[in-house]
Amino acid sequence: MTLIKTKYNRRSFLKVSSAAGGGMVLGFSWFASCNPTPEQIKAMPKEWFDINGFLKIGDTGIVTIMSPNPEIGQNVKTSMPMIVAEELDVDWKDVIVEQAGLNTVHFKRQLAGGSQSIRQGWQSLRMTGATARRMLMEAAAKKWEVPVEELTTNNGTISHEKTKQTVGYGEVASAAASIEVPEEVDLKDPKDFKIIGSSRKNVDAKKLVTGQPLFGLDLKKDGMLIAMIEHPPAFGMKLKSMDADAAKAMPGIKDVLTINTRPEGFEAQWSDTSAFNELVTIVGNSTWEVLKAKRALNIEWEVDTKLENSSDHEAEFLSLLDKPTDEPARQDGTPVDVFKNAAKIVERTFSAPFLAHNTMEPMNFYAHVTADKAELEGPIQTPEYLRKSVASLLGMTEDQISIMMTRMGGGFGRRLYGNFGVEAAAISKAVNAPVKLVYTREDDMTQGTYRPDYKVTYRAALDADGNMTAFHIRGAGTNGSPVFANRFPAGAVDNYLIENHTKESNISTGAWRAPRSNFIACAEQSFLDEVAEEAVKDPIEFRLSLFERAISNPVGEKNDYDAERYAGVLKLVKEKSNWGADTPGVFRGVSAYFCHNSYVAQVVDIVMKDNRPKVQKVWCAVDCGIVINPDAAKNQIEGGIVDGIGHAMYSQLTFKEGKPEQNNFHQYRLIRHSEAPDEIETFFVDNGIDPTGLGEPSLPPIAAAVANAMYKATGERLYRQPFAGEREILG
Amino acid sequence: MAVFKLKINGKTQEVDVAEDTPLLWVLRDHINLVGTKYGCGIAQCGACTVHIDGKAMRSCSLPISGMEGKSITTIEGLSENGDHPVQQAWLKHDVPQCGYCQAGQIMSAAALLKENSNPNDDEIDLAMNGNICRCGTYLRVKAAIKTAAKMG
Repeated sequence: MTLIKTKYNRRSFLKVSSAAGGGMVLGFSWFASCNPTPEQIKAMPKEWFDINGFLKIGDTGIVTIMSPNPEIGQNVKTSMPMIVAEELDVDWKDVIVEQAGLNTVHFKRQLAGGSQSIRQGWQSLRMTGATARRMLMEAAAKKWEVPVEELTTNNGTISHEKTKQTVGYGEVASAAASIEVPEEVDLKDPKDFKIIGSSRKNVDAKKLVTGQPLFGLDLKKDGMLIAMIEHPPAFGMKLKSMDADAAKAMPGIKDVLTINTRPEGFEAQWSDTSAFNELVTIVGNSTWEVLKAKRALNIEWEVDTKLENSSDHEAEFLSLLDKPTDEPARQDGTPVDVFKNAAKIVERTFSAPFLAHNTMEPMNFYAHVTADKAELEGPIQTPEYLRKSVASLLGMTEDQISIMMTRMGGGFGRRLYGNFGVEAAAISKAVNAPVKLVYTREDDMTQGTYRPDYKVTYRAALDADGNMTAFHIRGAGTNGSPVFANRFPAGAVDNYLIENHTKESNISTGAWRAPRSNFIACAEQSFLDEVAEEAVKDPIEFRLSLFERAISNPVGEKNDYDAERYAGVLKLVKEKSNWGADTPGVFRGVSAYFCHNSYVAQVVDIVMKDNRPKVQKVWCAVDCGIVINPDAAKNQIEGGIVDGIGHAMYSQLTFKEGKPEQNNFHQYRLIRHSEAPDEIETFFVDNGIDPTGLGEPSLPPIAAAVANAMYKATGERLYRQPFAGEREILG
Repeated sequence: MAVFKLKINGKTQEVDVAEDTPLLWVLRDHINLVGTKYGCGIAQCGACTVHIDGKAMRSCSLPISGMEGKSITTIEGLSENGDHPVQQAWLKHDVPQCGYCQAGQIMSAAALLKENSNPNDDEIDLAMNGNICRCGTYLRVKAAIKTAAKMG
């Protein structure tokens, strides 16, 4: 065991305990909703004891662990409690998981984003479990009048070897709840883990496959009305006038009005990104009635700012890419001179369109605003920031506002930006009733906060021996460049130049699964493949030689990645895929990328089927440190790969006169069953390092692996996403 | 508004709604069966898939006026205890990520297996191509369908 000082100081933790009743027997209103699994051996408790903000132990030894972070499909509702349960040392079968609401007193960083839930929660979740275990042991030691150091635990039972006494957690939970919180706790040695590292099923799986209500869109409350919004049809437009008479007269309609989500003095958070703040709102009894009235609205819009076109973006990016920047984001050596004297220069330009998030559950939120409080509930990745925004909107203090998180039907970054929650609160206040705001798919797809469109030019200088002597990336993107200054191959090339251009736009943009990486990895890894070919080197050996350089003699001091771990996944995927053993009719591509502190390398095999490419197999090597829940982790990796292939191949959102040209899935193409790889095999590096990100890192590299394999199959390099575009062969 | 007599999950129920109301919204808003999901409203994503007389159909695009006399099955009625072979296979393969599309996936898969007890990969693709999963669980969906076929 490792002795770790608890990061919570005694005072703050005691406050938590006493706030929760410290030792009092608490009855929980959610008790009735607890569904014990059939596998549970222990009976459901009659009484529960609050040990700390995270867990409650019942008199029979059943443990309820609160899952603090929002669940968007990354499976933290299972994996975070697994970490607590591990250090608490209970049988996973005796654990019930409940979603916590927003509670900044008990929990830190209740946010889903940046693949950070596990990374940031790792130590504190372990200590939460370990602290509770220690308190239970101290309660038993007191009861038996023996030194606590002589006690051991196993699966929810405390034993004292010398006196042959044993007691279950449930029997000492009451006494443990009033034990002083220890300042130091023992953490397990990772080699003793019993729950972490073994696959546990999704705790919500049974509810999901039987259609139980879990999602925001499923909420139903007393007196609740349905609300929808109508936003301007184009970015750069605003409301001019509205004739709501016909809509108001329709059956089931309570009101048609306009709301403003940015009143005078509103303090916007980073998560408030909406381009449309004055909205027409329709409120009524049922979804269909409201939808029909929405369609009957007669609204006049007017041009407010500029109406942009995708073709203009294309032209502006090209013109930006012609210009150097005043201040490079990074420069090593003398890249300009080296390019002048290069034996060969490889220059390629890559581009990608706007993308919508398209979570399968469209945006929605419930709000009930009364004179002195506001209750909100729904799918949100950033509840803490939503509460700040709603407080500012309503002129309330944060403690007057409660936010409960529902399971989310996908996030991918979209639900970081909680404008829909602010809108729900504004509507509830305006109509003085509880409302559930529901976006139609069309509202959702045309409302904004998109993955920006990008264009980037890569240049490499080669000497006569095919060595890469200089590297230059100039990037441009809407509301920000996609290029990271200090990522690979920075550190591996003597002369290096990064330049970033930004095109400002009134089209709202935001994080989309693996922001910037979701595009730049494809550009970088497609380019390096081409450079390797120009240098007449094997693509994996070429990359490995760059990592060798970054390991032995790195250029510059600020390189974001660990070159050994990077090379490690590449070597692993090379071995597992039997790289180099060519099969006739099978075309291979490779790619590797680092993001969210994790390393991923992929090899894909493509075959041509009915004259169309089909990804037959993907080998994926991942170094994300300790893996909490291996099968679920594989699911994430597989999902990222399918998602990455799909968006690179098929998806795009384009603009004409500020208006999105796609508004539903008949126009916006997402990958479907038949287009997914036949097989994905995932290999995790077992290195005992603290866990790093997992929900995003498998997505960025896959597009390049596919593009590189497609080149082998067709002889054509792919520079423009979506690859399918107008191509008959991919269409 | 008109009263419609519906047979849903073996039970006869009456609803008083406009005749153009899609079955999806009748289920979700009026009968409180919210397992059937809204995804696109235009029969492109499959999240709202139910069985009409045993066939997989998109409930977002079926006006309630045409539903009388039909046998409607939703995810809640696929099995009594959530133990239809497809549901069991879904649990075994731990298919869901966000889980939102999964009821629709399961309903499409169950209808496929009813017609074809041992589908090959191409037949699975054909039957399932109308069900989008943004999380990308397609491989597990396919594996689970094959497992369910063996159990069935």
